[in-house]
Amino acid sequence: MTGDTTTTPLPDDTPARARATAPAPPPAPASPPVPRAGGAPGRRRTRRRTRRGARGGARWGPYAHIAPFFVLFGAFGLFPLLFTGWASLHRVELTAPTDMEWVGLRNYARLLTDEFFLNALRNTVTIGILSTVPQLLMALGIAHLLHHRLRGSTFFRVVVLTPYATSVAAATLVFVLLFGRDFGFVNWVLGVVGAGPVDWQNGRWTSRIAVSTIVVWRWTGYNALIYLAALQAVPDELYESAALDGASRWRQFVHVTVPSLRPTILFTVVVSTIGATQLFGEPLLFNGSAGATGGSEHQFQTLGLYLYEQGWVDLHLGRASAIAWAMFLILLLLGAAVALVGAYRRRRTP
Amino acid sequence: MTYAVLVVVTVLSLFPLVWTAIAASGTGGRLARTPPPVWFGGDLVENVRVAWTDAHMGVALLNTFVVASTVAAGTVLFSTLAGFAFAKLRFRFRNALLLLVIGTMTVPPQLSVVPLFMLVAELSWVDRLQSVVLPALVSGFGVFFMRQYLVRALPTELIEAARADGAGGLRVVWHVVFPAARPAMAVLAMLTFVMAWNDFFWPVIALTQSNPTVQVALTGLGRGYVPDQAVIMAGALLGTLPLLLVFVVFGRQIVGGIMQGAVKG
Repeated sequence: MTGDTTTTPLPDDTPARARATAPAPPPAPASPPVPRAGGAPGRRRTRRRTRRGARGGARWGPYAHIAPFFVLFGAFGLFPLLFTGWASLHRVELTAPTDMEWVGLRNYARLLTDEFFLNALRNTVTIGILSTVPQLLMALGIAHLLHHRLRGSTFFRVVVLTPYATSVAAATLVFVLLFGRDFGFVNWVLGVVGAGPVDWQNGRWTSRIAVSTIVVWRWTGYNALIYLAALQAVPDELYESAALDGASRWRQFVHVTVPSLRPTILFTVVVSTIGATQLFGEPLLFNGSAGATGGSEHQFQTLGLYLYEQGWVDLHLGRASAIAWAMFLILLLLGAAVALVGAYRRRRTP
Repeated sequence: MTYAVLVVVTVLSLFPLVWTAIAASGTGGRLARTPPPVWFGGDLVENVRVAWTDAHMGVALLNTFVVASTVAAGTVLFSTLAGFAFAKLRFRFRNALLLLVIGTMTVPPQLSVVPLFMLVAELSWVDRLQSVVLPALVSGFGVFFMRQYLVRALPTELIEAARADGAGGLRVVWHVVFPAARPAMAVLAMLTFVMAWNDFFWPVIALTQSNPTVQVALTGLGRGYVPDQAVIMAGALLGTLPLLLVFVVFGRQIVGGIMQGAVKG
């Protein structure tokens, strides 16, 4: 994404193919001169004119193709995004959303001392770790198993993806029952094994674990498929030679699968982290009838849920906007931190 | 060994779904007993009927179908158009704009809900389906997905040949781009349909129980508007079943689509 655009102001569509065929002599009837990468901006325009000159409307054609996307995105994506920032500097109530009173950074200042905001931030981080780590580890294992030739692999792929087809709402409602204190399935199994019943919903840690379980259940298969896709780019010889050396499945996993997937793992960590900061439906519905508090003592209220409570239960739209931007800023900080660590590691291990 | 683990994974993946059906097939009282039920009862039809009428599940399913189909159709159409432009046409700021499209994927939906809600309230669209459809009609992922596909799948010579034959912009799109893009359009349509069907955050804010999507109706169920757990499970089952059917029929294609998007993304 941060490609060196300075050297190639107008990169070609198909860099890989173009580069691959570059050494070969160009096909004889090289029809209209295909513009190549590079060149001063001034010359670019003349070149385009020679190419497009024959067709009158062609200059605007491309913009007509992308216009619907950008018009809709501008109206329902970019404008609201910026307006949220603007609203976060105001006192706005849901009861009279057009009366905006300028308050500067007060909404943000409040957040820093807001016990519930800090609690929600802590919960978001905790649940994020509790759900992301096991989910990705299990996905890695499943991908490793599915990568080997086996009967019914399509069946297993579809099966591990079925939780993804289940909505947040449907999944959470089932898990509320499964994690019930008195008659829940999980506690019944625990009872059979001899462990005592657990009050999943009211415990501080148990409730977070239960909410994380829902996330893990829904997304593990999806991530496994992403890893599986990346694994198919790994040359079979790596596995074959490892097998020839007598490496067990486990050693192949540690020494072939995990190292080859490193970039993909980073990708899924980023995506899952973004998802974790937005967690909303699971904690909302895990609470049953009690609304948006995230448990009797806010023990599993996430930032997304707190935003909703501030905006649509307590009717403070300005504060909800500030929470939204605070979430965004936290993500940006996190991204910058990851980038810094990456740069540092790359410098140390050339 | 591999199979043993995979069987365990299969059981864990399917158990909550199967148990939803088991719980939905008995009386509510059956769920307040130890041990919990492990096999189907005989009240499924009755529970589904109650969920259908009391929780507006009938309306909700119809609404969700309309929303998900419209969103899928719009996303596929606009993504193919823009994806084609980004893959095969040359224009000023193309790379900057493509970067912007990709950037839209990282913006959390929370950042837009407050102004979106104010807008929807201003237009008196609360509880109207367009409030859910319009913001979902475009997707950066869709544009990127189609671009990546068309870069490889659509030979530039084909477009030039069509142009040489005198085909204008729309004819090229209709007769050259759409046929070439068809497989990717189908995959994107399925992925978008699933996502739109399950969309939660914004519909819960923009709609109410009187004209809900399935997810909004289920939220109402979960908040105890209908206290019977078996009925709640019947609702959850109703809301999930259509997508499960889609998965049974198109599972292979959806799996392929996710893996394709993953490699290229």
